[in-house]
Amino acid sequence: MKKLTKPGRISIVTAMLFLGTLWLFPMWRIDLRAPQYPGGLSMQIWLNDIKGDVPIINGLNHYIGMDEINKEDFREFIFLPIAMLLFILLGIPVLILKRKLYYYLWTAVFICIAAFSFYDFYMWEYNYGHHLDPHAPIQVPGMSYQPPLFGYKKLLNFEVLSQPDVGGWFYIGTGILLVSITIYEWKKKVI
Amino acid sequence: MQSCKMKNTASAVQGDANSKVYVAPGKYDEYYNFVSGGFNGQVSVYGLPSGRLLKLIPVFSVFPENGYGYSEETKAMLNTTNGQIPWDDQHHLELSQTNGEQDGRWLFANANNTPRVARIDLSTFKTVEILQMPNSAGNHSSPFITENTEYVVAGTRFSVPLGTEDVPISSFKQNFHSTASFISVDKTSGNMALAFQMVLPGMNLDLSHAGKGPSHDWFFFSSYNTEQAYTLLEVNASQKDKDYIIAVNWKKAEEYAKAGKGKKVPAEYAHNTFDESKQLASSVIEHEVLLLDPKDCPDMIYMIPCPKSPHGCDLDPTGEYIVGSGKLAALIPVFSFSKMIKAIGDKQFEGDFQGIPIIKYEAALYGEVQKPGLGPLHTEFDGKGNAYTSMFLSSEVVKWSLKDLKVLDRAPTYYSVGHLMIPGGDTRKPGGKYLVAYNKITKDRFLPTGPELAQSAQLYDISGDKMQLLLDFPTIGEPHYAQALPASLIQGKQVKFYDINKNGNEFVTMGEKKANVVRKGNRVDVYMTAIRSHLVPDNIEGVFVGDDVYFHVTNLEQDWDIPHGFAIKNNPNAELLVMPGETVTLKFSPQKQGIYPFYCTDFCSALHQEMSGYLRVSPKGSNTPLKFGTGVVADTSAQK
Repeated sequence: MKKLTKPGRISIVTAMLFLGTLWLFPMWRIDLRAPQYPGGLSMQIWLNDIKGDVPIINGLNHYIGMDEINKEDFREFIFLPIAMLLFILLGIPVLILKRKLYYYLWTAVFICIAAFSFYDFYMWEYNYGHHLDPHAPIQVPGMSYQPPLFGYKKLLNFEVLSQPDVGGWFYIGTGILLVSITIYEWKKKVI
Repeated sequence: MQSCKMKNTASAVQGDANSKVYVAPGKYDEYYNFVSGGFNGQVSVYGLPSGRLLKLIPVFSVFPENGYGYSEETKAMLNTTNGQIPWDDQHHLELSQTNGEQDGRWLFANANNTPRVARIDLSTFKTVEILQMPNSAGNHSSPFITENTEYVVAGTRFSVPLGTEDVPISSFKQNFHSTASFISVDKTSGNMALAFQMVLPGMNLDLSHAGKGPSHDWFFFSSYNTEQAYTLLEVNASQKDKDYIIAVNWKKAEEYAKAGKGKKVPAEYAHNTFDESKQLASSVIEHEVLLLDPKDCPDMIYMIPCPKSPHGCDLDPTGEYIVGSGKLAALIPVFSFSKMIKAIGDKQFEGDFQGIPIIKYEAALYGEVQKPGLGPLHTEFDGKGNAYTSMFLSSEVVKWSLKDLKVLDRAPTYYSVGHLMIPGGDTRKPGGKYLVAYNKITKDRFLPTGPELAQSAQLYDISGDKMQLLLDFPTIGEPHYAQALPASLIQGKQVKFYDINKNGNEFVTMGEKKANVVRKGNRVDVYMTAIRSHLVPDNIEGVFVGDDVYFHVTNLEQDWDIPHGFAIKNNPNAELLVMPGETVTLKFSPQKQGIYPFYCTDFCSALHQEMSGYLRVSPKGSNTPLKFGTGVVADTSAQK
């Protein structure tokens, strides 16, 4: 049997809906807190935008010579939405043709996009935290300011917390779902 | 050695007073307390119950600390028909109301000396409007308001001749008048306009309060010196057994004004408004006022005899009882609004005062509080059927019941209380938890500071049967009347900073790239930006002795609590505090050649000390080229 099971087909629709949330909610959030910012500062990364207290964070970062964060500088905000949209659209033939192989391929594409996204995000954070203006007013020897990919880190007077936002959790959920169903489909075939 | 000692004041504090005023670090006070500044012309804001000073709002006096009255944008706020007046005597405050309850929109303030009324915006704590009062002197019975803030009143304490006629002082009876001015307030913008003035006989209007509920259409003023003395008032204005409470039907006055019963006469007065979008004050001189003469307007004004030079004229939350506090009387008369209306209907008059009918004392009287204390001045209410009257001479607050007029409790004040205040205590819905006494004499209450002492205020818990003294706190200026509102009413709508994209100031600099210096004749406009931690431009050359230099400083920050200051050496002017997103202008007319450093005066960042620059002022007639910039380092070989 090379045909997809019913749970497999349902999972395709679910994954498409889950990924649709990326246009409604931010993917990731980075929260900062310092004594003089009692309410904290927050930055939300969307599929195609970066929102929140970006101007304030930019203002602070100039002291230590970090680059300004500008939406325009991210090519990701153009190709990520396109990639995600294409991926969602690919789900339609997979659903219609009901072939397990296509489902496996579809999952593989997702894993590739996800892996690349995290790698890209990590590299951006690395560059953002390490490329410092040599004329910056405040220079702490040996200090770099790479925000954590996931979790908590203390950077000078700021505490930084990085974690998925609503869209991000749906994205992660999609990945778990696709991989789980792939395993499920694979096992069904064997039996 | 003395064998017996008199009671010590310290013994007045008992029990758990400290825990009731302790506001832990990081916690907020329950109330904003707006306190008149008296002779400092400002309004101070305290937190209750802690008594902590939160802010000083400049209103009628210049304030070099933030440039109010000095910056080009705010100079016009203090303009009058006699030019800019840098000071006034600020006595009373009133918070705006809707349906007789505080609505947290505006705070009104009076100026006693040069008669004016100001409006303060409670989302910015900024004075946004000042209206001068013509035909008035000593604007004391002001700025009390009607229940929906339809009108703010201004009553004359020092009667003066109307217009500009030169008359002898001794012609007081014939030529001097008091006026009761009604200022309309626009429902949405809050803008004030002098609607009409009632021309009253020469006497001193003291305090006032509007009716509530059933008495909504009426306003009440207390008066003294109905003897019409013009010299040694101390004696000559204290002769009569009774002065008057003046009852004004403002609804009727409004109708008369609409029906054309008034007379438009020329009168000059300044109307100053602060336009938040342009961040600019402008002053307009008005030329006309509508006068209403009681002779032409029957049933508009009545007088109720009230013992001995009344001060306070206070209405209880139901609007039925009018408490007149005769400051030299040994009792407190309480009048009944419904009895007053009945007396008017039955024509129970005992003559007239220069044409205004006088209602028979007993016909309007509800009853008298017997032996309340000495020197009753002012009364507030707790909404639970009790009234609290300040006693200047016997230095105490006296609590009495409106129902049977029996004294219930007394609490000493330290010393000689003037006004007292219960949050919302003059509205339909008082918050009956705290009472603050604003004392006129301080003496030994705080560590001595030479001959001039701070004024003292005292906080009492009035939630129980007995008043409990909780706290002493020093105040600035000389507080008279005050107001307080629950913090929750305005805390959430405080402006944190101005949106730079909505900055409509004519001289705004939208970004460092737009920074500029422009010369036009001997006027030099510097379009300067401030952001942590530099000014653009910070090097300016090509300015000459005799130039008028205008520094238009735009604070580019868009974050809470990041103001920048601006000051320049030897400038016989004040400094500026520029809030984020704001543009403010400081004028400097250098009289001597030299290098003038300028800098940020408000510690803004770790590099605040570096936030500075230089202005080069060259001799008149020299040919230094106009040059400016930031971060440009000259080639040293080019220098002489």
